[in-house]
Amino acid sequence: MTIDLIFTVITYVVLVIFLGGFLYKIWLYATTPAPLKIPTTPAPTSAIGVSGRLASEVIFFKSLFKGNKWIWLGGYLLHVAFFLLILRHLRYFMDPIPEILIILQQAGIYGGMFLLVPILYLAYRRFMVDRVRYISAFGDFFILFLLLSIVLSGIGLKYFYRTNIMDVKMFIMGILTFHPAKFPDSGLFIVHYSLILFFLVYFPFSKLMHSGGIFFSPTLNQIDNPREKRHSIS
Amino acid sequence: MADPTNIPELKDRIEIPKLVEGATSHYKCHPAKEKHLTPLGFPGSRPDDWHDIAITRLGELLKESKSLKVFMDICVKCGACTDKCHYYLGTKDPKNMPVARQDLLRKVYRKYYTLSGKIFGKLAGAEALTEDVLKDWYTYFYQCSECRRCSVFCPYGIDTAEVTMAAREIMHSIGIGQKYTLEIIDKVETTGNNLGIPEGALVGTLEVLEEEIEEETGVKVKIPLDQKGSDILLITPSADVFSEPHIFSLMGYAKVFHQAGVSWTLSSYASEFANFGLFIGGQEHLQKVAQRIADIAREFKVKRIIVGECGHAWRVGYSYWNTLIGPFDFLDPDYKTPTHICEYTNGLIEQGAIKLDKEANDEYVVTMHDSCNVARASRMGDKPGGQFDIPRALIDASCNHHVEMDPNTTKEKTFCCGGGGGLLSEEIIDLRVQGAMPRATSLKQVMDSHGVNFMAMICAICKAQFSTVLPYYDIPRDIVGGIHQLVSNAIQLGTNKV
Repeated sequence: MTIDLIFTVITYVVLVIFLGGFLYKIWLYATTPAPLKIPTTPAPTSAIGVSGRLASEVIFFKSLFKGNKWIWLGGYLLHVAFFLLILRHLRYFMDPIPEILIILQQAGIYGGMFLLVPILYLAYRRFMVDRVRYISAFGDFFILFLLLSIVLSGIGLKYFYRTNIMDVKMFIMGILTFHPAKFPDSGLFIVHYSLILFFLVYFPFSKLMHSGGIFFSPTLNQIDNPREKRHSIS
Repeated sequence: MADPTNIPELKDRIEIPKLVEGATSHYKCHPAKEKHLTPLGFPGSRPDDWHDIAITRLGELLKESKSLKVFMDICVKCGACTDKCHYYLGTKDPKNMPVARQDLLRKVYRKYYTLSGKIFGKLAGAEALTEDVLKDWYTYFYQCSECRRCSVFCPYGIDTAEVTMAAREIMHSIGIGQKYTLEIIDKVETTGNNLGIPEGALVGTLEVLEEEIEEETGVKVKIPLDQKGSDILLITPSADVFSEPHIFSLMGYAKVFHQAGVSWTLSSYASEFANFGLFIGGQEHLQKVAQRIADIAREFKVKRIIVGECGHAWRVGYSYWNTLIGPFDFLDPDYKTPTHICEYTNGLIEQGAIKLDKEANDEYVVTMHDSCNVARASRMGDKPGGQFDIPRALIDASCNHHVEMDPNTTKEKTFCCGGGGGLLSEEIIDLRVQGAMPRATSLKQVMDSHGVNFMAMICAICKAQFSTVLPYYDIPRDIVGGIHQLVSNAIQLGTNKV
């Protein structure tokens, strides 16, 4: 067996676990009944209003902002930087590369490096604030460590041990088009890539499910209209 | 009642305490005995295979309740809730931090119902249900008043109340319960009210109240009981009939109805608005307690149901009645079911149907305590936030002097009184006093800065709790009163009759 074949097979297995696990969890959240009306009020009285409420949580972390400005700042920077970093990597997944991604490329690179700041800040909080330390389990530190490793190996690939990015793109496009290609010949890339695969496998089994789960939180997604419209189990 | 041994000192502002592990591990509610458990359909004692039964029940709940399923999975331990619970702020016990309280159940969920927990155990935050864990459950799930303050600040809206209710439900399935709440549920299910008052006593008390109103105002105001065919059925917490200061609000409702010239009645069969079924999770008892109200409304052929000042019961009435005991197709569709007495009175004021003399309350500088279930689990009127605006409109219509407490402690951010969720029980007076610390602190601020001497509220539990615990902070108990107590003082009887 060659390394090309091994990584091709592992990648497909990981994608099945990630997508299957994520969708299975979402299916569970969606189909579990919500017997009673429990929106946290004041709550919107229409479906459009609820969409707005969810959007304000997903896009701006509104409740967290009310709750704690420092956690909000750390968490918000983490997510924005992570988002830019994802955008910046989309170029390996599409051909031709859309104009907008080329424009955002530089922002993505800075975002990726900047990601170190909120990761370290949130880790610092977990160690230093007694209340947060008390509630932190191994997994809460582990995910920060995993992200840190991914970012550091990425920075290494970009600036110190450059790999041939055309090889990377060939391999990924090969995966996406079901025409397996050669795995890039770079030790650090193996590390970076393996960490990302691990991240994806870990995703559906961890608190990372907050990403999909928030949309099914009854306190946020229910309409405040129990007197006007009889709620039945749904 | 035994006096509390540990009364926090009120500071200038609410301080976030350093953790004191185990600070309240010895505060325990009296456990329910067989005679409290079996009438409600729970096992009378803990069976030998309690562990398996509890785990099975947890599995069932995960399939029955979206909130529990989602909340168990998606907490990221960000810490935003850690300083939001009045019991944590008052007791310093880390297990009273909302996320830590949830984790008492979440770690068991992880152990038995997640792959990572099964494989990695403690590393994945999983822990088996042991005798010690069960002990923690009983202790700390009865130190949560289900007030939802944590859910306001949670980025995912995780509501610890839902977790607490589930944990209490699981404990009931293995014959573990809290005496106070279960005793009350049994009483209301068998006698029609939480206090177990028979019809005769009700009649006598209402007559005394009518006499008092007449003595005070010179006007004959009726408080009708069991008047079939009345237009309005008033459902109010039984405390409104038998406790102070609750009783003054009942007189207020009576004066409002009198002045509006409508026909209304109380019911001796459904003489309770409170519904402690809410506190124990599940819908069986929630539904059973509420059902008496729908039944009597049908029998009396009333047009509408109006409800009195009670926080958790307003949540049940507003959010759950339609689902549990509706549809209300036998009532007049022109009215909302239920209608809160504050919505009703406010409507009359807006129409000019009743007149209020604000000077009657000139001795008071009033502030408003928002009760948790009204603030965060219901609404009044047509607009979100009506639950804040309408009671305040009544204060402003009845009083000249109204000041607000620190906005971080009112409206959706209001602090629980410390006695909700089934915790208004004597043996945990220490917990209740400490849990009231945040509210007492912000109240003291406006007492000192503005001379506040009346804290108005619309919840029977808040009234009872504050009347008991505020004196330990050297705040006089008569500072506590109802919104309709103020209306009662100010309403002009005999004028402007419609």
